[in-house]
Amino acid sequence: MKFSGFRVFAEALKGHTGWRPLWRNPEPKPAYDYVIVGGGGHGLATAYYLAKSFGRSRIAVLEKGWLGSGNVGRNTTIIRSNYLLAGNEPFYEFSMKLWEGLEQELNFNAMVSQRGIINLYHTDAQRDAFRRRGNAMMLAGAGARLLGREELRAMVPFLNYDNARFPIKGGLVQPRAGTARHDGVAWGYARGADSHGVDLIQNCEVTGVRLDRGKVRGVETSRGYIAADRVGVAVAGSSGRVMAMAGMRLPIESHVLQAFVTEGLKPTIPGVITFGAGHFYISQSDKGGLVFGGDIDGYNSYAQRGNLPVVEDVAEGGMALMPMIGRARLLRMWGGVVDMSMDGSPIIDRTQIDGLYFNGGWCYGGFKATPASGYAFAHLLATGAPHETARAYRIDRFARGHVVDERGAGAQPNLH
Amino acid sequence: MTRLAGGLIDRSRTLNFSFDGKRYQGHPGDTLASALLANGVRLVGRSFKYHRPRGVLSAGSEEPNAIVELRSGARQEPNTRATVVELFEGLQARSQNRWPSLGFDALAINDLLSPFLTAGFYYKTFMWPKGFWEKLYEPAIRRAAGLGRLSMQADPDIYDKGFLHCDLLVIGGGAAGLAAALTAARGGARVILADEDFRLGGQLLSETGTLDGGQATNWISALEAEFESLPNIRVMRRTTVFGVYDHGIYGAVESVSDHFPEANGCVRQTLWRITAKRAILAAGATERPIAFADNDRPGIMLAGAMRAYANRWAACPSETVAVFTNNDDGHHTARDLAAKGVQIAAVIDARPEAKARGDYRLIAGGMVTGSRGRLGLKSIKVQENGRSEWIECGALGVSGGWNPNVHLFSHHRGRPVWNEPLQAFLPGEEGALGLIPAGAAAGHFSTADALRSGAQAAQRAMDELGIAASLPDLPRAEEADYTVAHVFHVPGKKRAWVDFQNDVTVKDIKLAHAENMGPVEHLKRYTTLGMATDQGKTSNVTGLAVMAELTGRSIPETGTTIFRPPYTPVTLSVLGGGDVGRHFRPRRLTPTHHWAKAQGAVFVEVGQWMRAQYFARAGETHWRQSVDREARAVRGAVGLCDVTTLGKIDVQGADVGEFLNRLYCNMMATLKVGRVRYGLMLREDGFAYDDGTCARLAEDHCVVTTTTANAGLVYRNMEFARQCLWPELDVQLISTTDAWAQIAVAGPKSRALLARIVDGFDLSNEAFPFMACAELTVCDGLRARLFRISFSGELAYEVAVPARYGHALIERLMELGADLGATPYGTEALGVLRIEKGHAAGPELNGQATAAMVGLGSMVSQKKDSVGAVMSRREGLAGDRRRLVGLRAVDPAGKVVSGSHLFAEDAPRKFDTDQGWITSACYSPHVGSMIGLGFLENGDERLGEVIVAANPLEGESARLRVVPAHFVDPEGARLRE
Amino acid sequence: MLIPHPLLGPRDAQEFTYLGDARLIDRPDSSAPDAEAAFCDYVFLRDNPAGVHRELWFHEQGDRSWLVVTRDTVTHEVLGAELARNVPLSRTRCGK
Repeated sequence: MKFSGFRVFAEALKGHTGWRPLWRNPEPKPAYDYVIVGGGGHGLATAYYLAKSFGRSRIAVLEKGWLGSGNVGRNTTIIRSNYLLAGNEPFYEFSMKLWEGLEQELNFNAMVSQRGIINLYHTDAQRDAFRRRGNAMMLAGAGARLLGREELRAMVPFLNYDNARFPIKGGLVQPRAGTARHDGVAWGYARGADSHGVDLIQNCEVTGVRLDRGKVRGVETSRGYIAADRVGVAVAGSSGRVMAMAGMRLPIESHVLQAFVTEGLKPTIPGVITFGAGHFYISQSDKGGLVFGGDIDGYNSYAQRGNLPVVEDVAEGGMALMPMIGRARLLRMWGGVVDMSMDGSPIIDRTQIDGLYFNGGWCYGGFKATPASGYAFAHLLATGAPHETARAYRIDRFARGHVVDERGAGAQPNLH
Repeated sequence: MTRLAGGLIDRSRTLNFSFDGKRYQGHPGDTLASALLANGVRLVGRSFKYHRPRGVLSAGSEEPNAIVELRSGARQEPNTRATVVELFEGLQARSQNRWPSLGFDALAINDLLSPFLTAGFYYKTFMWPKGFWEKLYEPAIRRAAGLGRLSMQADPDIYDKGFLHCDLLVIGGGAAGLAAALTAARGGARVILADEDFRLGGQLLSETGTLDGGQATNWISALEAEFESLPNIRVMRRTTVFGVYDHGIYGAVESVSDHFPEANGCVRQTLWRITAKRAILAAGATERPIAFADNDRPGIMLAGAMRAYANRWAACPSETVAVFTNNDDGHHTARDLAAKGVQIAAVIDARPEAKARGDYRLIAGGMVTGSRGRLGLKSIKVQENGRSEWIECGALGVSGGWNPNVHLFSHHRGRPVWNEPLQAFLPGEEGALGLIPAGAAAGHFSTADALRSGAQAAQRAMDELGIAASLPDLPRAEEADYTVAHVFHVPGKKRAWVDFQNDVTVKDIKLAHAENMGPVEHLKRYTTLGMATDQGKTSNVTGLAVMAELTGRSIPETGTTIFRPPYTPVTLSVLGGGDVGRHFRPRRLTPTHHWAKAQGAVFVEVGQWMRAQYFARAGETHWRQSVDREARAVRGAVGLCDVTTLGKIDVQGADVGEFLNRLYCNMMATLKVGRVRYGLMLREDGFAYDDGTCARLAEDHCVVTTTTANAGLVYRNMEFARQCLWPELDVQLISTTDAWAQIAVAGPKSRALLARIVDGFDLSNEAFPFMACAELTVCDGLRARLFRISFSGELAYEVAVPARYGHALIERLMELGADLGATPYGTEALGVLRIEKGHAAGPELNGQATAAMVGLGSMVSQKKDSVGAVMSRREGLAGDRRRLVGLRAVDPAGKVVSGSHLFAEDAPRKFDTDQGWITSACYSPHVGSMIGLGFLENGDERLGEVIVAANPLEGESARLRVVPAHFVDPEGARLRE
Repeated sequence: MLIPHPLLGPRDAQEFTYLGDARLIDRPDSSAPDAEAAFCDYVFLRDNPAGVHRELWFHEQGDRSWLVVTRDTVTHEVLGAELARNVPLSRTRCGK
């Protein structure tokens, strides 16, 4: 069923009786060519591109809860390609290009909104680092602007320019960055994958990986054994748990990242703003809530909740940056479990087990990568070779010393 | 008027207030909602999507409809629930999300368009033409969306934070909470009783039932007096416990002065972090509506709320009311209102077997199937046994049953459990550790049950803590039955609202079901059910019940509702507390700060430190003039710079040499007493981490320095090495960064200057050569340390004295050095001097560089183990051929801009031909042009080559010559003079 | 969170800085023939269990001792805490 304004109009006239399920609820088949573990954004995108762009069939996505219940359902919805390193920037720019055509590609309005991102700088050293990064973005075709304080003030006059502990000196802007409706992204990919014949199986938890002489044979699930030639794992947040079933240890720790939303407000903040001297970033959803977040709590955790000190720290950052939000009220706070990797960058790679592929380590930034991650993982699953923009995301980069460490923080996940 | 007799309001005083500019009067004890109702105001707001006229639904913090903008100017407070605003003199409130007026709202056109605006319609449209989303559709949607407005001014009020500790935290001051607090307090436990209301009593305040034969308020007053007399209980009214955190920590907000016209210099709200050994969740229950056609008109409210307004606030929305219920509680409303003289048009009870509890018309087995009245209810349509009639009434109380307030219990993923007789979710077995539900929150709805369960819960908590507490004598109270029928909505073709604020109707849930959005989280996210400012308090269970019906499953099979913090919305300002504006982070001042300030220094933030950036002198109009002068002074005479911010760590013990040998990649064990060595630390992953100096003051005593940025981190790592890796070594550490003031004395005349302050100490090159150190006294007996080290490449020293003498020392040095040209210099000149000398600093040691990249590869000793040594040999690090080089504009007037990327001259400027970047750049007064440092692919083999520095970000590019990274005295002769 | 400091009693977790898995105490022998592989495991790979986890916390705003805290990563319940310096010492005494 093709979605359009005309269809909505026509359905309204006949009482909305013609709408069909966005996807089927199929029973799992005994065997598939490809099994994707994880029905979050990355898993669904992988299945979609595998079927649509690589023409593969006999594909299933296994989701232990409901589709989109991974971090695609609990993030702060920011999309951007403002990276520095050669291993990262082309990949995220590829993702940005996919975002730019996503609605038409999926025939589903995921509300990709390119309202821009501003990364504020507060010192000359930060400005120089942003200039290096902005130039990397320019070279990769991502586009960027380096604004001084007065240009910035004209753009976002409500920031604290005059009474700040760390004065705002300017900002690096990526005009093409923005936000997308996170659930809509998951649903759009799910609907697209389903329409290309992918079986999306919910409430199906993988409980074991069956191996035979170094090759994967299939997965044990809460709904029975499912055989598969190739198994792709895309379960960021639970990567350690799932890969342990195949006997693998990962360069990843699970951490909790909190996020926050206020009550709905009339338009206040145009794009995304990131505070360079505290842990705080913010945007405003189309519904009107201010959506913001900060640093991870900092300790290993599989609990989808955090603690008060980070809540306070984030609020302090927000208030220090834009004291006019003070009388808004926090409506909801939640926590997501993120794969914090040892260099702050993801892994998309085959494993030493034949037929077993891994996609994870997205730290707190997996949402923006959803399209490219899905495409690159599908490419890897279909062709056995890494996608050209994802070549840096090999798992052996740690042993070989080719880490992709944007922050230069080293092998300590809670510093990335 | 619709003000009734009685109530807990103080009629001896009148309070003036305004709503949408119109003036009204109320009394102390009123909420804004009760005062509006008493003034006959039913229309108070508009819904989010369809802009439907709305009235007060509830009498508590769950209110989804009566949402107003309170106060004005910078104190404007959007989305304020009128039901919890305590009335004060001069209160101003405005309705929101309507234009031009509440009575006539242009966007009410959305209501006519509602057939097109069903759940999730926006996912299916607004996709063509492609560019229109950002340009047209989205801006229109954003303007229409949102509720209240921020003032866009900084919040002028003051907020505070504090910690509290107790044995037992009682959350909720109703019957159960009061009984619990009484039990524990009499047992001698340290108790905190917190309630969101401004008056203790909870639901007791809204009921007419007696306690020990007297009014409930008498019993409450007696209890309050007893609490007052006990030292071990703290009663916190207007305090909402909003979240449960790990290990018995609860977040609470106390509203300190929100009920005053102005805070008048007082704190507005306080954030309390309460650490409690046990807690009792006595948060009561929330009534839910029944969904029926047009059930959202102003005047239709929860039956319990209607009763609360009548009994507690002596207010009623109309003189003629009806009640629609599926349970016994609805009848109490009819009974109490009738007793107050309100005319009861009818009580419609969905249960065919229902019995009347008073003198009113009962329609048993009936359903309300429609309503009339655009801006306020006029009549309701009632259906019974296939027969329907319109009944005139100005208000309708609806009761669909009560939901225990399990919210806090599920903050730790405790799953609520469905209780069939109560048709509600109750707290399950697993919740937050030490949190015990009681009273209505645990499903004990009658007053007698609530009292008992509160006392028993407290006794259980006391038992667990080993505190002897006996059950107090509880007052006699009603034991009313509560039976409820499974009626959540009335079938029909018209829209029946489930989530009032977000305009989610039964039809939307049906649509979600038809589109396979069945899982409760899909339902919520697709329809926005439960995502309004009440977070589903009045809608979630009904939504779940409708979905269960559609899928043919039970409610618990369909899903549960998990609540997230905060229980009710929390002001951002109070979470930020006072740590905002200039107080966002502490400010660390150097020992010479006040002196520097007096000298006209401009300061710069360096982490938490404030450092002098440069010292502007009279006549200097540009910072560059000051910086050039300062740098020249160092190269030509002598400069003084406060370098206290560099980390200083005292290392003592027999194994000092071995310990430092394992931490620094270069050899430290061989360092002789009285000597200083430059040291480089790697991270265990092999990358360069931090550099500094190590001075051996005695065989068993070293002082090491770190960069300013890494002072804390390096100390932490050293303690890790000492305690975790090599506890067998005899080493002790202490950070002395703040204990010693350290002044760099740099320049060819530095020895002459220092000679004037040392007490009989031989500073000659022979006695105290480059990289020497000593403990000595200066200025007639002041304990000091002297290091002959140089960051600038000049003859230079650093002298340290106890921090409290730093100010005096720099004054003495300036005074004694006047004839030598002693000049203070700041971080800018410091930066120029180090770039001229080619010293790597923060921009080069950025955590991504190897030792070899910064030209220090040969320092990594292969003869010993040290942190990072093994991993620095990995192929990716060893094979990295980028090297630090000096860069100089080919055109002497050309710019060198840090952050520019480097390319071979003839190469295209693309991502994959990128060969490096400029890390640091400055104007060098010594060279007479701009210079820079940068990492360049094979840089050490390309000296003399001309390359291109591209800065497409700012539309610039420049031709630069690659030169050695030493622009001054490459042989290092000056240091050793 | 509260950390039960073995010397100072329960302390707010805000006083501490977190490092990670307590196995970071077991630094490999750099002279072993497989040192590079052993260091790669040590530096980069983690068990990352969902459940009981022994982990290192530094009492940075307190007595500056490193603790090994045993904590459940699913419930955040703390099961114990000991001084890190006693961990390798006791292991050495056991004859390793």
